Amino acid sequence: MYSKGLKPLAGATVVAICASLALVFFYAPLDGDQGFVQKIFYVHVPMAIVSLCGFVAGGIMALRHLRSGDPSWDLRSYVAIHLSIILGVGVLVTGSIWARASWGHWWVWDEPVLVSYLVVFLLYCVYYPLRFSIEDRDRQARYSSVFAITAGAFVPLNFVAVRLAESFTHPRVLSQTGGSLPGEMRLTFLVSLLAMTLLFVTLWKFELTSKHAAAQLKRLKRRLAERQPAAVA
Amino acid sequence: MPALPLDEAGKYVAGAYVVVFTLILVYVAIMGAKIARIDRELTELNEMLEDE
Repeated sequence: MYSKGLKPLAGATVVAICASLALVFFYAPLDGDQGFVQKIFYVHVPMAIVSLCGFVAGGIMALRHLRSGDPSWDLRSYVAIHLSIILGVGVLVTGSIWARASWGHWWVWDEPVLVSYLVVFLLYCVYYPLRFSIEDRDRQARYSSVFAITAGAFVPLNFVAVRLAESFTHPRVLSQTGGSLPGEMRLTFLVSLLAMTLLFVTLWKFELTSKHAAAQLKRLKRRLAERQPAAVA
Repeated sequence: MPALPLDEAGKYVAGAYVVVFTLILVYVAIMGAKIARIDRELTELNEMLEDE
């Protein structure tokens, strides 16, 4: 069901990641201001963008779950949020490393972009205890969906709020006018963003396939146990 | 802050990329272990049904 097209997608992801790494280290020029450290940008920013889009996608899938009552949408939403949190860990760690190399500090509390991402990340960390503290499957899916929609709506609001705030130290690389990236850097960034998006979709389908197989196995065991309780137990 | 020299900046860049790839590898390894467990349990069920 979920595994359809997984192999070609995984292949495309590997190719895109290799292309992205080749462009980052052999094609993109060194940044005049930051030097070699700026190479972190090509993994940090795409990961941040994809994770935030993943949170919003999780909210949209949760909305579909509430509208249709189909539990598969809840599973899709859960996996999207789960993966976005994993990427979120990567964003915070790579961001800290970049901050240390560029600004001399692991974390800067008066920078709106950093703090707002941390707020979004911590907000989504609440999703797990909320979801797994409810035993009843229907209630668990319903409550989790409501949380995913509310938090998903908060992500773009938060993004707009940060855009409106004045940035002190964090570089502004994307804007309506195309940002301040030169051509080679922009191409490298776009390929890196594509690679990260493909990685997210591949891992999303991979986890969904695994969860679907586990659920089917559980059902099969239950049905066999009903037929011959002693054998399966 | 002025740009760091290449040898010092390299450590930070390598650190960032290693963190990301380790994160992804750990995730894929955990998922792989789960799939291996499902596969094992399916084999056991198959064998049990064949023995009947």
